[in-house]
Amino acid sequence: MPKRTDIQSILVFGSGPIVIGQACEFDYSGTQACRVLKREGYRVILVNSNPATIMTDPELADATYVEPLVPEIVERILEKERPDAVLPTVGGQTGINLALALSERGSFEKWGKDGKAIELLGAHIPALKLGESRQEFKDAMEEIGLEVPRSGFARTVEEAREVAAQLGFPVIIRPSFTLGGEGGGVAHNREELDQIAAEALQASPTTEILIEQSVLGWKEYELEVVRDAADNAIIICSVENFDAMGVHTGDSITVAPQQTLSDREFQIMRDEAFAVIRRVGVATGGSNIQFAVDPKTGRRVVIEMNPRVSRSSALASKATGFPIAKVAALLAVGYTLDELPNEITGGKTMAAFEPSIDYTVVKIPRWAFEKFPQSSPKLGTSMKSVGEVMAIGGTFREALMKGLSALELDGSAERRAKRLADPLRLRRRLAEPNWERLFAVLEALRQGWTVEQVHEASHIDPWFLRELSSLIDLEQELKSADLASASPGLLRAVKEAGFSDTLTAGFLGCPMEQLQQRLRELQIRRVYKRVDTCAAEFPAMTPYLYSTYGDEDEADPSDRKKVMILGSGPNRIGQGIEFDYCCVHAAFELKDAGYETIMVNCNPETVSTDYDTSDRLYFEPLTLEHVLSIAELEKPDGIIVQLGGQTPLKLARGLEAAGLKILGTSPDTIDLAEDRERFGALLKEEDVLQPMNGTATSVEEAVEVVRRIGFPVVVRPSYVLGGRAMAVVYDEDTLVRYMEEAADVSAGHPVLIDQFLEDAFEVDLDLLCDGEDAVVCGIMQHIEEAGIHSGDSAAVLPPYRIGPFDLDQMRDIAQRLALRLGVVGLMNVQFAIYEGGIYVIEVNPRASRTVPFIAKAVGVPLVRLASRVMAGEKLKDLGFTEEPRIPGVFVKMSVFPFRRFPGVDPILGPEMKSTGEVMGAGKRFGAAFAKAWLGAGHKLPTTGTAFVSVHDRDKNALIPVARRLAREGFKLVATGGTAQFLADRHIEVERVQKVHEGHPNVVDEMLNQNIDLVINTPLGRESQLDDRYIRQTALKYDIPCITTLSGAMAAVEGIIAWSKEDVHVRSLQEYAEG
Amino acid sequence: MQTQELREGLLLLEDGSLFRGLCHSPGTAFGEVVFNTSMTGYQEILTDPSYRRQIVVMTQPHIGNYGTGDEMAESGRPWAEGFIARRFTEQASNHGSEVDMPGYLRAHRVPALSAIDTRALVRHLRDQGAMRGVVTDQTSDDDLRRLQEELLQQPTMKGRGLVSEVTRRDEEILEPLADGELGWTPHIGLFDFGAKGSIAEQLRLRGARVTLLPADTSAERCLEADFDGIMLSNGPGDPEPLTDIIETVRQLIASDKPIFGICLGHQLLGLALGGRTYKLKFGHHGGNQPVQDLDTGQVTITSQNHGFAVDESSLPEGVRITHRNLNDQTVEGLAVADRPIFSVQYHPEAAPGPHDSYYLFDRFLSSIPSR
Repeated sequence: MPKRTDIQSILVFGSGPIVIGQACEFDYSGTQACRVLKREGYRVILVNSNPATIMTDPELADATYVEPLVPEIVERILEKERPDAVLPTVGGQTGINLALALSERGSFEKWGKDGKAIELLGAHIPALKLGESRQEFKDAMEEIGLEVPRSGFARTVEEAREVAAQLGFPVIIRPSFTLGGEGGGVAHNREELDQIAAEALQASPTTEILIEQSVLGWKEYELEVVRDAADNAIIICSVENFDAMGVHTGDSITVAPQQTLSDREFQIMRDEAFAVIRRVGVATGGSNIQFAVDPKTGRRVVIEMNPRVSRSSALASKATGFPIAKVAALLAVGYTLDELPNEITGGKTMAAFEPSIDYTVVKIPRWAFEKFPQSSPKLGTSMKSVGEVMAIGGTFREALMKGLSALELDGSAERRAKRLADPLRLRRRLAEPNWERLFAVLEALRQGWTVEQVHEASHIDPWFLRELSSLIDLEQELKSADLASASPGLLRAVKEAGFSDTLTAGFLGCPMEQLQQRLRELQIRRVYKRVDTCAAEFPAMTPYLYSTYGDEDEADPSDRKKVMILGSGPNRIGQGIEFDYCCVHAAFELKDAGYETIMVNCNPETVSTDYDTSDRLYFEPLTLEHVLSIAELEKPDGIIVQLGGQTPLKLARGLEAAGLKILGTSPDTIDLAEDRERFGALLKEEDVLQPMNGTATSVEEAVEVVRRIGFPVVVRPSYVLGGRAMAVVYDEDTLVRYMEEAADVSAGHPVLIDQFLEDAFEVDLDLLCDGEDAVVCGIMQHIEEAGIHSGDSAAVLPPYRIGPFDLDQMRDIAQRLALRLGVVGLMNVQFAIYEGGIYVIEVNPRASRTVPFIAKAVGVPLVRLASRVMAGEKLKDLGFTEEPRIPGVFVKMSVFPFRRFPGVDPILGPEMKSTGEVMGAGKRFGAAFAKAWLGAGHKLPTTGTAFVSVHDRDKNALIPVARRLAREGFKLVATGGTAQFLADRHIEVERVQKVHEGHPNVVDEMLNQNIDLVINTPLGRESQLDDRYIRQTALKYDIPCITTLSGAMAAVEGIIAWSKEDVHVRSLQEYAEG
Repeated sequence: MQTQELREGLLLLEDGSLFRGLCHSPGTAFGEVVFNTSMTGYQEILTDPSYRRQIVVMTQPHIGNYGTGDEMAESGRPWAEGFIARRFTEQASNHGSEVDMPGYLRAHRVPALSAIDTRALVRHLRDQGAMRGVVTDQTSDDDLRRLQEELLQQPTMKGRGLVSEVTRRDEEILEPLADGELGWTPHIGLFDFGAKGSIAEQLRLRGARVTLLPADTSAERCLEADFDGIMLSNGPGDPEPLTDIIETVRQLIASDKPIFGICLGHQLLGLALGGRTYKLKFGHHGGNQPVQDLDTGQVTITSQNHGFAVDESSLPEGVRITHRNLNDQTVEGLAVADRPIFSVQYHPEAAPGPHDSYYLFDRFLSSIPSR
């Protein structure tokens, strides 16, 4: 069937900010969908609150709304745009929930045209509900004769107890309609059941949970299915989890294709997957279906299905080369699979087939437990990883070893081994799923455990364990040899098994250069093969490459003028989608400028790892060894390292030493900005203020430095990302404790100690420099005062409380520094305004996290310009000579994963903890703030009761906030001191007890849903527990909670705008028109 | 350690290309080298008689993960002459496994190589076409010279009739495995040209009684036995030299028996109807081939294993193309107008591969008038 002509305009839902369980993969899917729908001639309207996405680039849609994904706002877009159809299935769980909410409100009927409701493409409401409602899904499966784990539903904890009593422990608790299994878990006893069930009921928007018979220890599989309107259905990829059932698939190491099912078992699972997708009624597009298989009998049960494009679809796309999201979007508008060409084979074959892959793919998650030290390192059914790497190898072993290289883990293997040396700890690490279990398995095998013993403890399939065991055998063999005695067979075997040169040389005890020389002599060489969807049955037209060891190299490099762009690797807190955005823009722009672009990255979620983003894609770990290998083959004219965050920057020196040309700012300049002494000297010469500082490698030195600077100070290890282990220290005891612990993180590097500029305003400034001219791109003011990591702080463009004189001074300093440093490309400066002085906190001569935000707000493609500049063009010639006009007010707000880490105090500090961000745009600050607040997933009460409790030093500033809240009709309640203070100033307030004062207290009031808004600035040590309890309660019960007074002032403005309905929707294209 | 315990082995192709690897199962074997892109089902492939005189290269790098077992065998023994994969799993992990893969290969004396750049080999075969080759653990220069000479004296697949090497001597009656939905028990005569066990199984699961027939069974014998329907099975080699069988099929067409052909059976039907067959460059061997039903437009993913195909232009009037391969547009199914006679080039019995075409067995059985 050809495409539909009865619809002209389609509204596509994005997935909002990056959160755990919903990351770049939906930028990838949304971008593909927008591109193809636009190419097909539809008017594409997009809504997504996340400005760091490629999909929100104005050229990808006809109207791009960077607006909160909440029904109240999206309804206004429906009203304004009156689209014929909505595509909700590429926007993750957020897109589905939004569609369901709008349907509930009757919005699709209300804003339809000519008496026709707006149509949902991809999946209809009943299918969405069926896929997401566990009760209905279970019934439907039983109806078509498929087995599901025995289970029962509960709407209260009591009901949960009854069900569990029937099933027997352990049980799995799954809330309906939540993202990434949030709020669920495994209960082994009644106590755990009560706790998890309560949390899960809270997490489920429908207060419905499923209590399921545990199939812990069974093998877990996923199938990616695509179906078209003619009922053609195909499997794109099968995935087998390394970890047995009980670990969320997003937290599992996974392998494609599946490895341990026989053909008969696999084909029956395939039949069942089709039966599921047909019964659920996913009309067109992709779905994924999870199964559990009892390894002892082969008995199989259906676990769940997602009636939409998912994280697994992104992985399946990258693993096979089959562009699921693109195809799903085309199927949604009526095409059938046999009408769509398979682009990889250059259209020689069609999309109606099932990819066959002749390599092995391993995905390994990356976690951020170090950011949340109070939380348990255990993994369960609620996803906790923040990112992932995918590796492609000839065999499982090679892919796994490449994946481990790609993870960029901090900390050495020896330290890990030491941690796992204790037999009790090792056993526990094997038995309980946790982030370092893979290392525990390797360590156990190293210590002589048998495969059977490890299987017994971990339930990991023996097939995987035997492959791992053979890796340990190779390792032992290497250790007992040296370079001279290692046989060619052994060297070949270890390289084929994926051992890096560093690792191999380390085991052999020889310098790496000698090893590499020997490998060359033996002609053991890394070759590049193509990902082609068809196991080489047809010639591949797309240069999507991975390395392995073998005889034949298929890379076939060109002799064109070419640039290599290094991506940012796995998402982690502090390095995420913003950098992928930058790399993708560079690829687009340099392609336009006539270069061949070569992308290197290992993150399967991203747009950068789409085979059509750059001319050539190397899906490889971002290590020096792998990057140099590619460079040796491709011989690029230059390499871009300044767009991918710390990952490529770390490689800059090594690449330069190998004779490769780094485009843009030189590695020496990058180092200079990181080097305290050199940089301090430069600032002094330029007569620029910076906080007093020093470095220390011991407790004594630290105390000495602080004696000179004075408390408070900011302390942090050098060479870390996202403010890792960074803290504000107010007294010597804490300093001593910090220094003792810092050794762990810093590993020999000194600790940096800075004067803490208390209550200072902080500012982010981004600029572009070509070595001759430096042009400011935008200046953002942080809403929270100093002390909160810039990645976590809300910020506003343009600055709303800084005078023009100070701004000019900052512009001048930044431009001078850029020219002085010889920056070619982007640079970011963080300033603080403290007691009237402008201080430089840090300078990053590279793309910063704020670049995509500013680019979206001002409507200037900053990274494209930067790429031209790096390639040698001048800003003058590019027409970028003046700071861009800002067509409104743009507020950035961060989102945090605290709910995933029960027990963690949800408070902000100098260590970055957010996973993503949203943009709120408006004509005035209040509206922009309100949108950002809504976009970040908070409620914005316009009336009700506000609880205020602030630190003494904040009390004066509280007065206007309290007055305005009262004027808006809020009832104020406060604890003793604050209540007295407000009452003294004739502000009506009711007193409520603090937690330690007995019942009823403020937390009781919160639990009883009598509080709608919390303003609570930390009161200091004596009430630390109270504060923490209040914040955790607010988080759990979804009560907006503001922990800084400047944040409170901003929120009040937001509340006023929202209640006055002064919030309108406007597309980026409209902003650009002015 | 595994890699060093294994002897070197190699694959030599008729064009002189040499691929060195490790030998998991010793011996020397000649055959046409073909590749199979199925990601599962290695034992079904090995035991499919259609692979007689062929050496099979698997594109899936890990072979042997779930072991081997009687349940997975399509016949009583492996028929492929040699087997090549990137890596063999020494010890299986699946509840259904009886014997580990390398042990199975050794027990059945199928020479097998691993640690070969299989993708390079597959690309070579794709570009140059399937060709004769030899797998061996004899790797000295003298061995190589000798083997190369022998290799060039091997017959090519084109023009090579192989059915007599794989068919049975005696008829065998197999009772139904289930009642089925037909309400009666049709009796099917299944010509065993090297039939996969799953064909009879699918018929029996649908309530049919099956008599397996030697390839040289005459049309008279079929008519005398009064089968309700005739099935022409898959099998190895070039169909064109099988003139006696083609003549038998022609006589059966002239009778009023419903006929269903699979793979070689389809080619024989095409020849018997007056068409021609030709050799494909490297054939179709895998479980992901898309086939479109030209009546409904529906696409099914099919299991395929053939080196020859029916030439569309050679078919006489009254013969309709019913199915086509979406990848290369080759003929995948034909039917005789107004007669219950049809055939498909692919394998509706799957094993290995998708079950999407099981419906053809239903179609065949329901085309038979009940008595």
